[in-house]
Amino acid sequence: MIELNINGTARGVDADPATPLLWALRDTLKMTGTKFGCGIAQCGACTVLVDGMAVRSCQQPIEGLVGSEITTIEGAKGPVAEALHAAWVEHQVPQCGYCQSGQLMSAVALLSDTPKPTDADIDAAMQGNICRCATYVRIRAAIHTAAGKLGAA
Amino acid sequence: MNAPILSTTRRGMLALCVGAGTGLVLGFRVLEAAGKDAAPSAANAEFNPFVRIDGAGKVTVIVKHLDKGQGVATGLATLVAEELNARPDQIVVEFAPSDSRYKNLLFGMQGTGGSTSMANSFDQYREAGAAARQMLTEAAAAAWKVPAAEVKIEAGELRHASGKRAGLGEFAEAASKLPVPSTITLKKPEDWIYIGKSFPRVDVKTKSEGSVNLFAMDLHMDGMLVAVTARPPKWGATLRGFDAAAAKASPGVAGVIEIPQGVAVLAASTWQAIKGRELLKLDWDETGAETRSSDAMFAEYRALAEKPGISVRNTGNGAKGIEGAAKIVEATYEFPYLAHAPMEPINITILYDGASAQFWTGSQFQTVDHGVAAQALGLPPEKITIHTMWAGGSFGRRAIYDAHYFAEAAAIAKAWGKPQPIKLVYTREDDIKGGYYRPAFLHKARVGLDADGNILGWEHRIVGQSILKGTPFEAMAVKNGIDDTSVEGVSNMTYANAGMQVDLHTTDVKVPVLWWRSVGHTHTAYVMETMIDELAAAAGIDPVEYRLRLMKDDPRKVAVLKLAADKAGWSTPAPEGRFRGVALHHSFGSTVAEVAEVSVKDGKITVEKVVCAVDCGVAVNPDNIAAQMEGGIGYGLGAILHDAITLKDGAVEQANFDGYPSLRITGMPVIEVHVVPSTEKPSGVGEPGVPPIGPAVANAVFKATGKRVRDLPFTKHGLV
Repeated sequence: MIELNINGTARGVDADPATPLLWALRDTLKMTGTKFGCGIAQCGACTVLVDGMAVRSCQQPIEGLVGSEITTIEGAKGPVAEALHAAWVEHQVPQCGYCQSGQLMSAVALLSDTPKPTDADIDAAMQGNICRCATYVRIRAAIHTAAGKLGAA
Repeated sequence: MNAPILSTTRRGMLALCVGAGTGLVLGFRVLEAAGKDAAPSAANAEFNPFVRIDGAGKVTVIVKHLDKGQGVATGLATLVAEELNARPDQIVVEFAPSDSRYKNLLFGMQGTGGSTSMANSFDQYREAGAAARQMLTEAAAAAWKVPAAEVKIEAGELRHASGKRAGLGEFAEAASKLPVPSTITLKKPEDWIYIGKSFPRVDVKTKSEGSVNLFAMDLHMDGMLVAVTARPPKWGATLRGFDAAAAKASPGVAGVIEIPQGVAVLAASTWQAIKGRELLKLDWDETGAETRSSDAMFAEYRALAEKPGISVRNTGNGAKGIEGAAKIVEATYEFPYLAHAPMEPINITILYDGASAQFWTGSQFQTVDHGVAAQALGLPPEKITIHTMWAGGSFGRRAIYDAHYFAEAAAIAKAWGKPQPIKLVYTREDDIKGGYYRPAFLHKARVGLDADGNILGWEHRIVGQSILKGTPFEAMAVKNGIDDTSVEGVSNMTYANAGMQVDLHTTDVKVPVLWWRSVGHTHTAYVMETMIDELAAAAGIDPVEYRLRLMKDDPRKVAVLKLAADKAGWSTPAPEGRFRGVALHHSFGSTVAEVAEVSVKDGKITVEKVVCAVDCGVAVNPDNIAAQMEGGIGYGLGAILHDAITLKDGAVEQANFDGYPSLRITGMPVIEVHVVPSTEKPSGVGEPGVPPIGPAVANAVFKATGKRVRDLPFTKHGLV
C-alpha cells in the first residue's frame, strides 16, 4: 500500500509501486478524469499537477510520488481553475472533449506561474497536449480570456 | 406537412428492435447528474421516438447519431428546441438505442458518417419537435377550454392570451397520449429563434470541467476485467503457437485466451493487462502475410499507372485534346496510408451472460455493430443491447464496416465464459499499428491547355485500394468495379473542360483500409486543386481568377471562392514574408474554400493563417460550423505536414505519437471562418473543411519556394 496525497486527501493505493500514477488514478482509485491517450508522455491527456508542476502521469511511478502534492482534474478548484472552466465554456472549446482535462491542467499550471501569458508562452506551455479535434485556436483564446478575468479581479 | 417519420414502421436493414424508448445511456445520465437543476422527473412522456417530456418540463431529445465531437447532439437538440420554443436549459440529450427507428435516412441503417447527420435529420427532428408542440398546445387548450390555435409555447412555457400559463411538464403526459397530428406545421425560417444563432453546446460545460465520465474508456463496473490483445505483427499472419506461462504469472492477470484475432490477456487493471501481454511468447506464421514494404508497393503502383485501368469517366473529347495542346501539364502524386488516431483509443466494454449481451462504446454504425455482435455470440438480435457513449473522436475510425472490435470483444467474452464485464482496450500502439487506414493512393494526371488556358483534355489515372470492396457495403457502393470513394472529387470534377478521361486501378493489399475524415477527398482534392494551380500558372492567370472562369456556371461555388478571397485580401499583396495559396473543394454537399498564408524560415514553412469560407446550406449552428472548419483544417494540416503510415516488410513502422506526430498548438494557424448565408437544405460540415487545406498550403508553398510538393507528407521534403 502506497500513500499518496491526491487533491489534498491522503489516499492509500493498493498497487505495485512501479505502477504509473495514471493507472493508479484511473483503475485503482477510479478517478477517470485523468485520461489515457498514448502512455509515452507524447499526448498530455494524462496531465496532472505534482507540486504545482504539470507532469504526464503515465510516466510517474507511484513510488516516486510519496510526499508530493498531486492535483488531478477532479481537484482543480480555486480562481485559476474556475476562470479557465468559464473561459472554456465561453469559447465553446471542447469538441470530443477527451483531451480537455489534460489541456486544463496544463493551462492551470501556466496561469499559476504566468498570469499574463503571451501567445508564445501559451504555445510553450501547451505544446505537450495534443488535441486531435484541433481546438487549439479556442484553447489559446480561452487562456487569454481567463488570464484577463483573473487580472481584472 | 406530413410527418412520415413518426409512423415509421420497424423496418431496417437488419430488422432490429431493441427496447425502444428505454434508452439506458450512461453518458446521458452523468450529463444530467452534472446539471445544476437535475429536477426529479415524474413520468417521462414519450411523444415520438425523438422527444420525451417529463413532469418537470424537462425535454429529452433522443439523439440517433454518435457525437464524437462534431456537435450533432447539440444540433439535433437545437432542432427540437426550435420547434418547441423550449429554452436551452430545459433540454437534455440521450443517445438512442440501436433500433431501426433511429436509422440514418440517407443510409437506410443506423449510423453516423459522410457528414450526413444534419442533412438527414433536419426535417425529421424539426417534425418531431413540432408534433410535440402541437400535442402540447392541444392538451393545454382542452384543459383551458380555449381554441388550440390560441395556445402558444413561448420561452419554454405554454401561454394563452387570457393570462393562463403552464410549464411543458404540466400537460406532457396528457399530450403524449393524444394522436400524432396528421398535419405537422413547421416554423417559418423567419420565426427561428435558435437555428442560425449558435445554440450553446449541450456537452461543453461537462467537457470543460473534465472530471465527469462520458467516455467508454472511463467505465468501471463491479468485477470488471480489462483485456488487451496481442494481434499479428503483419496482416495475414496466423498464430502458430504461444507460451503464456510468464504472462499468467504476472500480477493481476486473470487469464490468457486464444481468440481468432490473436491472444487476449485479461487482468484486473489496464496496466496489469499491458504488462502481462509483454510477457507473452508468440509464434506467428507469416506464410500468408503481407510482406511488401511501402517503397515496393509504390513501385508497383507506379508501374500500374502506366497501364489503362477501369474507365470511370470519359466525357467530351476525353484525353484527345491533350495532343497538340499549347501547353501540357503532367504530374504524379503519392499519398501514404494515414491512421485516424482519435484521442480516445478504441475500447469497448461487454457484459455477456451466455443468453444476452450488452456493449458500451462510441458506436458509430449501430446497425452493423449490432448485427456483428449477434452473429459473433450466436444470439438473436433482440438479445443484444448497445449503449452508445460519447466518443473521444473518431474521424471515421469508429464507423467500421466489419465491427471488428465488437467481434473481438464478443470472442473474448465467449471464450472467457464467465458473466463478468470485460473492457477491451487498444493501447495507442495497437491503434497506430492496427490498420483501417486511409488507403495509400497514387494519381497520375496529364492536362492540355489552349493558348488562353482553356482545358482541352484531362487524362487522370488513380491507383489504390478500395475501402468497400469485400465489405457488406460492396453491393451498395462499388459499381462496375469502381468504388466511388476511390475517385470522388476527380470523377465529378466540374471545372469547365473539353474532355476528361479518368480510370482506376484497384489494388490488392492485405492492409485493411477505411474512410478517414473526408474519405476520397483527402487525396483527390489535393490533386485537383494543386493541378488547377499549376494550370493557372501555366496559363499565366491568377489562380482565383482562373477558377472563377472555369466554374462560372456554378454560382454557389463562385460565391464561396469570392468570399474567401475577399476576406483573405487576395487582391492585395500578402504581408511581407508571407505567401498565399488557395483551394476550393465540394464534398458532402458543401463547398469550402480556404486561403492559406505561409511563411518560410531557413527552408522550413509555417502556416500562419487560414481564411475559410463555407456554404453548407442553412447554417444551423454557425459557431459549431466554425469549430468544425477549424478542426478540419487542423486535422488535415497535421496529416499533410507530418503523417505517414509506412510498411517495412509488411510491418507498420510507426507505433505512437512519436513516430506518427499530431498537429500541436505550435503548428496551429490563426483561422477565420466565414459562412455563406443560405436558405438551402443543410449539408455536411464535419468533413468538408479538411480537403482544401492540403492544396491551399501546397499552393502557398509553391509561391514561397517554387517547389511543387506531390508526395506527402511535407516532412519528406525537409519543409517542416
